[in-house]
Amino acid sequence: MKNKIYQTFDEAVADVPDGSTFMSPGFSGVGVPRNLLAALHRQGAKNLTGISNNCGTLDEKVDVGTLIEAGQVKKMYAAFTSPTHPSQISPFVRMFNEGTIDAETVPQGTLAERIRAAASGIGAFYTPASVGTELADGKEHREIDGRTYVLEYPLHADYALIRAWRADEFGNLQFRLAQRNFNPIMAMAARVTVVEIEDEIVPVGELDPDKIHVPGVYVNRLIKIPPDGILD
Amino acid sequence: MVEEKPKLQRQAMCDRLAMEFRDDWIVNLGVGMPTLCSNYVDPTKDLIFHSENGVIGYGPLAPAGEEDRHLVNAGGQNVVPIPGMAIVHHADSFALIRGGMVDVTVMGAYEVAENGDFANWRIPNRKGGGIGGAMDLAACAKQVFIAMEHTTRDGKPRMLKRCALPITAPGVVTLVATDLGLFKVTPGGFELREHAPEWSPEEIQELTEAELIIPSDLKEFRFRD
Repeated sequence: MKNKIYQTFDEAVADVPDGSTFMSPGFSGVGVPRNLLAALHRQGAKNLTGISNNCGTLDEKVDVGTLIEAGQVKKMYAAFTSPTHPSQISPFVRMFNEGTIDAETVPQGTLAERIRAAASGIGAFYTPASVGTELADGKEHREIDGRTYVLEYPLHADYALIRAWRADEFGNLQFRLAQRNFNPIMAMAARVTVVEIEDEIVPVGELDPDKIHVPGVYVNRLIKIPPDGILD
Repeated sequence: MVEEKPKLQRQAMCDRLAMEFRDDWIVNLGVGMPTLCSNYVDPTKDLIFHSENGVIGYGPLAPAGEEDRHLVNAGGQNVVPIPGMAIVHHADSFALIRGGMVDVTVMGAYEVAENGDFANWRIPNRKGGGIGGAMDLAACAKQVFIAMEHTTRDGKPRMLKRCALPITAPGVVTLVATDLGLFKVTPGGFELREHAPEWSPEEIQELTEAELIIPSDLKEFRFRD
């Protein structure tokens, strides 16, 4: 069995080249791979394309917004390309308005399904979400059984940075409660999947095969978050 | 000076929408004001609260000191688990939404039109938008309820003939609670079902761009018992 366990976050993202596409999961601050994002920030790769639910929050925590603020990201795909309240001006909002970063606003279910499609070898799919809105402008429409749908394409990535609860040494993953969110589909959609583990990495055979949320075949690199790492 | 009369409180507006929920409904509450709907508890109804992040069947807000950092609703509030709760990933959470399992979604809005269109995600002359899961929910939930203030901060109507802002979904809104009353969206337009105390239909019409249908059985706004 190939050793997937890395000792430092910096080693785990050392080979991310400029121009890569990366996925960053998390929802409402839960399930965000903050240690790996911090390492990618230190590593300094540029011209990245990010796929994430939002474009960073206003709290001081490390998230995709940390890379955006540092000028490492040229384009975002996200369900939130403006803050939930207009008074909140994040670094992303400032840069988006200045034109120094590009972004595509994707309805959240379409975002998730585009990631799932990439993971599942689906060439494209039709969804009813966004029909009749400006987000459907210019997209192929099709009526199926009396309902109108728009065509959406998969979102692939070079790297997925993942936060999980527990793993075995082969990379089989378990998530805890709402930590799961985008993590499993992103872990399956990227060429290289790097996972930070909150609880523990156990020997192979110790996880019940019926209780695995992402099979280890999708996982390339594993790191246990050390006591001085970022948990929340 | 109609503006100085008392209007309905946000909790009363959300209570009124929650009274329309039916037993066994799967309910999705938008961030902000709509989350107040979960404060209205009717012991005769079992509701299943669904959140976009894949939590199906969560309980009330967690009391201070009892928060589980891994369990939040769509607004990021810590909630408590209840027996029967299930967790799925984001793609499955939206499969549930697009698959038509959600009986009602309650959302806030900037504008609602008499044709059932509504707008809640983008302000003009500003790049980007905060669509979140609103387009998926609006297009696919069986019903869309809206809770919003009747007018903008500077007194302009939000109940319109047609939305001026970019819409979230066309023709989907079924019921609107504002601080002036309860409105049903009918094929003929907004029907004023219940009016806020001390507010006459004429006064409400004055603050509404769309022409209201005033039914003969118009009632006063129903509050929590």
